[in-house]
Amino acid sequence: MTASRPPSQGVAARPLRPPVHLPKGRQVDGAALEEIRRLLGTDERRRDLLIEYLHRIQDRYGHISVARLTALAAEMRLAQAEVYEVATFYHHFDVIKEDQTPPPPITVRVCDGVTCELAGFPALLQDLEGTLGPGVRVVRAPCVGACDKSPVAVVGQRQPGNATAEAVRAALDAGETTPPIPDYRNLDDYTTDGGYDTLRSIQEGGRRRADVIAAVEAADLRGLGGAGFPTARKWAFLEGAPKPRLVAINADEGEPGTFKDRYCLETDPHRVLEGALIAAAAVEADEIYVYLRDEYAHIRHLLEAEMAKVEAAGLNGDVTLHLRRGAGAYICGEESAMLESIEGKRGLPRNRPPFPAERGLFGRPTLINNVETVFWLRDIVERGGEWYQAEGRPHFYSLSGRIKEPGVKRAPSAVTARQLIEDYAGGMADGHTFTAYLPGGASGGILPAGMADLPLDFGALDEHGCFIGSSAVVVLSDRDDIRAVVRNLLRFFEDESCGQCTPCRVGCEKMGDLIGEKTWDASLIHELSDAMRDASICGLGQAAPNPVLSALKFFPGDAT
Amino acid sequence: MSEPIKFRLDGRDVEARPGETIWQVAKRQGTVIPHLCHKDAPGYRADGNCRACMVEIEGERVLAPSCLRTPAPDMKVTTTSERAVKARAMVLELLMADQPERQRAHDPGSLFWHWAEDAGLGASRFAARAAPDADASHPAMAVHLDACIHCGLCVRACREVQVNDVIGMAGRGIHSRIVFDCGDPMGLSTCVACGECVQACPTGALMPASVLDDAGVFTGPADRQVDSLCPYCGVGCQITYHIRDGKLLTVEGRDGPANRGRLCVKGRFGFDYVDHPHRLTKPLIRREGVPKDGRDRVDPADPSTHFREATWQEALDKAAEGLARIRERDGGSALAGFGSAKGSNEEAYLVQKLVRTGFGSNNVDHCTRLCHASSVAALMEGIGSGAVTAPFTAALDADVIFVIGARPTQNHPVAATFLKNAKKNGATLIVADPRRQGLSRHADHMLQFKPGTDVALLGAMIHTIIEEGLTDTQYIQGYTEGFEALRQGFEDFTPEKMAAVCGIDAQTIRTVARTYAEAERAIIFWGMGISQHAHGTDNARCLIALALITGHVGRPGTGLHPLRGQNNVQGASDVGLIPMFYPDYKPVTDEETRKTYEALWGCDLDPKPGLTVVEIMDAIHQGLIKGMYIMGENPAMSDPDVQHVRDGLAKLEHLVVQDIFLTETAFHADVVLPASAFPEKTGTFSNTNRQVQLGRQALDPPGDARQDWWIIQEIARRIGLDWTYSGPEDVFDEMRRTMESIKGITWRRLEREDSVTYPCDSEDEPGREIVFGDGFPTKSGRGKLMPIGLVPPDEPPDETYPLVLSTGRMLEHWHTGTITRRAQVLDALEPEPVASLNPHQLGALGIGAGDRVRVVSRRGAIELKTRADRDVPEGMVFIPFCFSEAAVNLLTNPRLDPYGKIPEFKFCAVRVEKADAESAAE
Repeated sequence: MTASRPPSQGVAARPLRPPVHLPKGRQVDGAALEEIRRLLGTDERRRDLLIEYLHRIQDRYGHISVARLTALAAEMRLAQAEVYEVATFYHHFDVIKEDQTPPPPITVRVCDGVTCELAGFPALLQDLEGTLGPGVRVVRAPCVGACDKSPVAVVGQRQPGNATAEAVRAALDAGETTPPIPDYRNLDDYTTDGGYDTLRSIQEGGRRRADVIAAVEAADLRGLGGAGFPTARKWAFLEGAPKPRLVAINADEGEPGTFKDRYCLETDPHRVLEGALIAAAAVEADEIYVYLRDEYAHIRHLLEAEMAKVEAAGLNGDVTLHLRRGAGAYICGEESAMLESIEGKRGLPRNRPPFPAERGLFGRPTLINNVETVFWLRDIVERGGEWYQAEGRPHFYSLSGRIKEPGVKRAPSAVTARQLIEDYAGGMADGHTFTAYLPGGASGGILPAGMADLPLDFGALDEHGCFIGSSAVVVLSDRDDIRAVVRNLLRFFEDESCGQCTPCRVGCEKMGDLIGEKTWDASLIHELSDAMRDASICGLGQAAPNPVLSALKFFPGDAT
Repeated sequence: MSEPIKFRLDGRDVEARPGETIWQVAKRQGTVIPHLCHKDAPGYRADGNCRACMVEIEGERVLAPSCLRTPAPDMKVTTTSERAVKARAMVLELLMADQPERQRAHDPGSLFWHWAEDAGLGASRFAARAAPDADASHPAMAVHLDACIHCGLCVRACREVQVNDVIGMAGRGIHSRIVFDCGDPMGLSTCVACGECVQACPTGALMPASVLDDAGVFTGPADRQVDSLCPYCGVGCQITYHIRDGKLLTVEGRDGPANRGRLCVKGRFGFDYVDHPHRLTKPLIRREGVPKDGRDRVDPADPSTHFREATWQEALDKAAEGLARIRERDGGSALAGFGSAKGSNEEAYLVQKLVRTGFGSNNVDHCTRLCHASSVAALMEGIGSGAVTAPFTAALDADVIFVIGARPTQNHPVAATFLKNAKKNGATLIVADPRRQGLSRHADHMLQFKPGTDVALLGAMIHTIIEEGLTDTQYIQGYTEGFEALRQGFEDFTPEKMAAVCGIDAQTIRTVARTYAEAERAIIFWGMGISQHAHGTDNARCLIALALITGHVGRPGTGLHPLRGQNNVQGASDVGLIPMFYPDYKPVTDEETRKTYEALWGCDLDPKPGLTVVEIMDAIHQGLIKGMYIMGENPAMSDPDVQHVRDGLAKLEHLVVQDIFLTETAFHADVVLPASAFPEKTGTFSNTNRQVQLGRQALDPPGDARQDWWIIQEIARRIGLDWTYSGPEDVFDEMRRTMESIKGITWRRLEREDSVTYPCDSEDEPGREIVFGDGFPTKSGRGKLMPIGLVPPDEPPDETYPLVLSTGRMLEHWHTGTITRRAQVLDALEPEPVASLNPHQLGALGIGAGDRVRVVSRRGAIELKTRADRDVPEGMVFIPFCFSEAAVNLLTNPRLDPYGKIPEFKFCAVRVEKADAESAAE
């Protein structure tokens, strides 16, 4: 059909003579357009589904050629740039230009998260690179949320735990590239256990909305995505907001060292779904969007099945459920970036105000809750806020690093790092002496072992320049180099900064330069940190200097 | 929420208007807070990403971007706190690390360097990252992303202001990068070179290529600036010329009412034609004994084959002598004059006065005849006025926008930006065009109907609206006449019957009709696709009927807007440069008016309407017209069946051409008078919105070229008129003496305000943008509804000529190409003639994209390359008329619309065949 434009010539040093025989710019290729039309079928060409459609192309062809990208743009009546910028923002899309070679069919992602670095990912990466044959490529990936099984390599969409080069090869040889569905509590089991009764009692009016809110308030349930904001207060922001209102459930867990939401979803997904529906009822929303990180492919499969069952059984009442798939971008765990991503755009955090409760998803008042936050709702509503208080406001801690038994641990909110190591994780790993810990993933700073008796609760670490965030505790030992850990964390922030605001985009990069120096310029680091904290749009840039500052404060010998 | 918000700013009590940001309040208070990503200009949304404008708000954990933040009551804001000042300086220092050093900057005077200097920054303490390569692929704009600070202003410029949707921010984090389309070189992208990004860029990462040397270093600023207007289309963009060493360096958009700072490729980059070596700088007289031949061509680079240079004295004497001789011998009706819609109101006024009082007839016309004559005929008949009822910016207030037979993204690019803005703000956009176009992607309904079937489509809409009771009965009763006849006239136009004629299914026609009729406010835009047909007046009558029966006239967001073509086609018509009207559309046949003008001008006037453009050409062939004065028009390219025209021009006993280049028309002249280009003159120009605007002289005419008004006056004096105008201001004052419409617009006022809309009754009133809210200037005061019949195109395709040829313009080239093809950037972007066909059509013909073909009609043949363009439907060929080497008007049909006397440029039958090897090798 139409001849398409000649391949890109890279960057041109002098004016190029555009071809006279075609209109301006890359033309739509007829064959690619037919492929895209088949792929999309009769589905609505809605702008907010752009990322879903990019996934379809990536899944079907293993990459996204610019010919198909251009065809998708034409089919969705979008500009090429609008599609291209979204596709290149997310790391799980491989946009391939005419003069580039498509990637091999299988990708092995080796996690370079902080825990995996402790567990030796560089060696694993070295073992795998260039040894897996032409049909496989090996790439580094940010924390995939399986820190209890580090080091981690993801083969296609499958994660063999505690990866070795042999295990990866075995998985490839066996063709095991799709994730096994975990053994979770299914709908029957969940309802047998009284599941959805609480929701039904709200839907049917037996339980008043005000009582639900009161219970959550009495429980002092906090947002467990990391901010720790009182859930009942967040709900209250929606009171009086115009309808329709929406709920977005943040399942884009990505803070290095964190894997508790994964645990909730892969063991007891209906508790999460019922919680989401309770939250929707509490704020009188009529749609729920669950935004799930793409790394959790197995959870996506199970949620697709279980959400369909919930709808088939009519448990959702008048509330519509949507499942949206992330595409490899930590920043989309930031709530407003997540909204942008659900709308099919690049995941750029929004300036606030306006807050999501006023103008959120699609401009509607929106409640955003984390997976684990809603996970607790059923119990709190059923058993009362006082029960939750009496239990010590328990939540899940993701424990990883130099400990015997890493994993997700339910513990009360006053638990200390020392208790977690001793009482929950079986003590330090053999041959390791406890020296330091990350109380809250990559963002929460670093504390020395001498400060391991502080309660790991929201606000409790503020005076030390640290926070618990998503309660991801990474334990370090005498064998670990604080500077290497800090560099790992800063590289993560640099890779995952959305790039929107100067202090974060340029700041993370320049901070990386500064800490790469043999001697750290503490004064310039502090100046830069101040600007990043004061002037970045979102928490990523504001918190990115934390590990550097902790190192300067608590480990001056290591840092300078 | 309309109460002002009281808060404290740097220790002072201040008030913010609702919606006003801290940055805006501070500016109003005299403090400009540093800013990079925030452009303080209309249409630009604050984005708050650069963080150069951070301020401290008491009680808040972090600083706030002042460009985005609106104050709350009693808020305490500090712009000068140490924290804020340090954060802002650090932002600039971070950015400076990666900038090219100022001595080698692409724009050392950029906003970035201004604020870096303001913050007292010498050098950055941070290491620089690797600089990205330059992209010099575009002839007009240089891309140096080493200076990019990722503020996204170019993205907003391209996507939100102009809505051309070419620029994106790809990648993530430190790897974020500005891209064109899919990361393509700018010069190979879909970029339409509006240059909005260049105007928005705060660092020099995007610059006009003309101000950089080969290494990308700035060559120095302009030494003076002149506020003027764009010389191209009827939009009437206000611009500023930046001049260095007496040459135009760059052009910048000004905040005019029609353009809000925006420009298109022609306005921004198409100005260097004034310096082209082909400029006429000396009067020329035809050499003795060089015969005239309609097929003759002269090399504009060397006219000496046909012409010799002369003094002004000799040339003017000869020009006038020939005209006077014919007048004395054969009477005034043997002379005719064409003025120009590219000239000023004053020049147009002088030309029509010269013809009426000096030649002694009304044989004066201009290219309006070829563009909206039929629209004007229908409008005069229907609502008593030929101008628009509302400016195109009224689209921003409309719920429904209906665009038919107009391709504003190409022909009125800046007007199109407002339609796209309106659509983005939630308006419903309906586009009807046989070809897909720049608005199609944005349209809620894209009606790609069969060419020449406008009346069927529009009639079916009218039928639907009446049949389904969607008319505005009160409006019809109050303000119209002829409804019953209209109803009966369109009784047979059922969508079901018309679907087969126009190719749009009945359901869609009904939906669109309902959408238009049921809107609270709906506005119609049209262009040459409506007017340039043998049934052009009928097409326009349908649009008028649509608006009148639904009451979509005279209120904000409603109206009828024929998008006028030339920069002063509205004004030229207003001041009487047409054969049937004196200024302000007073009929020459009206005795009272004639007496007024006879008194004013001090001579007897011809009571008969004159001949129109095409009629004048026919009259030459019939031997009725023997002498012509043509100022700034190029009928040898622009008229239909142009060989006939060229033969006519060659047949003239005496032809005087006044122009800036040796046009195809001037090939046949006896005397050629070198005139001034737009930037070389001062005058008033009236745009499509009825905005009278002042163009100011920025340059001197080259060589011995002279001001047009002076040349016209010199001819007038030599044929017996005692004109003593001292300049344009003088002429304008005379115009105001009879033109009610501009009564309130004085030259002084224009010098002060730059733009005033007419009608304007008094000097202290703004002009009336939206007219006819309470009836029409017709005899009855009512709008007239006209029933019409279905007239097919004059020359349907047949076996020998199976394809429909449509002609028009392209974005880069203006009209007959006389000036744009001599503008370097524009010529580089569209360097050669092309015939656009659908790829399937090309396939069916066995012709490849880029192949050389011969396009043949009953009147002639041209050879040119093909372009595979999916926007063109099968069965159609589109060829722009700007290319003299393949002048498509050799092929077009001169058949006229009976009312507007406009030719059917949009439809004739042709065949396309492969050019033979011999001619292909030429």
